Amino acid sequence: MTAETPPDRRVVVDSLGVGVATGAYGVSFGAVATASGLDVWQACALSLLVFTGASQFAFVGVVAAGGAPLTGSLTALLLGSRNLFYGATMAPRLEVRGWRRLVTAHLVIDESTAMGLGQDDSRQSRLAFRLTGWSIFVLWNLMTLAGAVAGSRLGDPRTFGLDAAVGAAFLALLWPRLTAWPQRLVALVGAAAATGLVPWTAAGVPVIGGGAVAVVVGLVLARRGVAIEEPS
Amino acid sequence: MSTTWVAILVAAIGCYVLKYVGLSVPQRLLEHPVAERVAALIPVALLAALVAVQVLATGHELTLDARAVALAAAVGLLLLRAPFLVVVFGAAAVAALVRLIG
Repeated sequence: MTAETPPDRRVVVDSLGVGVATGAYGVSFGAVATASGLDVWQACALSLLVFTGASQFAFVGVVAAGGAPLTGSLTALLLGSRNLFYGATMAPRLEVRGWRRLVTAHLVIDESTAMGLGQDDSRQSRLAFRLTGWSIFVLWNLMTLAGAVAGSRLGDPRTFGLDAAVGAAFLALLWPRLTAWPQRLVALVGAAAATGLVPWTAAGVPVIGGGAVAVVVGLVLARRGVAIEEPS
Repeated sequence: MSTTWVAILVAAIGCYVLKYVGLSVPQRLLEHPVAERVAALIPVALLAALVAVQVLATGHELTLDARAVALAAAVGLLLLRAPFLVVVFGAAAVAALVRLIG
């Protein structure tokens, strides 16, 4: 170990701070997972093996709504597709090969990528990415176990409003992404289309169908936006 | 093995492959503007759809109940910049309270 220079200490403190704050809400995932009908092992397997928060919440959300579990997988994969782009963005900074890449890949999530991209040089970028990723991984899994055990012992989750907590969790994940009006409009279209599909389609379909409609609307908006910006 | 376990493993393998491929393919392959736009839109679109279904659907019926009140409380907490855990468990507490009263 080389002596730490002050900028490194800042990276360490910031990364662990994000790690603790994010890992802690694993407890809410564990609780809503068991409230949605999964057992403690299934909740823990999702955190250990899927390890990307929004996808995990989506999986239990679809299962809780009575959707086929594989529809839950599909929704989780669609949400997980952003990690593909995170990975591609981080790859030049991480420069990992072989077995290291196999391990590192599991840590590619929202927060580790954000912390990794926020640094000045690639050495600090790697440090921030790894510290954030590992601290979230450890804490997220421990807190999932705690939340799942607590949730499974509470009895009827409806009495404690845990079914309502799932919607709040999705909203809290969505909130930071609603920074401008096109995103807000896309979100409204997605919510409206999904709601409209509920009476007519199998459980799980409204989410994917509503999401697809909203993505198409977003693309149309973007195309118009580009056309407006083009100098005539 | 139950369908739920199969679905968990499918989600796990799929999500891992997405992460691994991202680290492995040359970045320019993913730099198509439409692909980037779709990738940015998917979380917004899907999360919004999930919120709506989670709060309004009861099977195939649309209902306004304690969950809607809880969501309104969540909006309020988010506007107040409350942390994630406060939003989630605050909403749960509101739903529980509404049911207790109602």
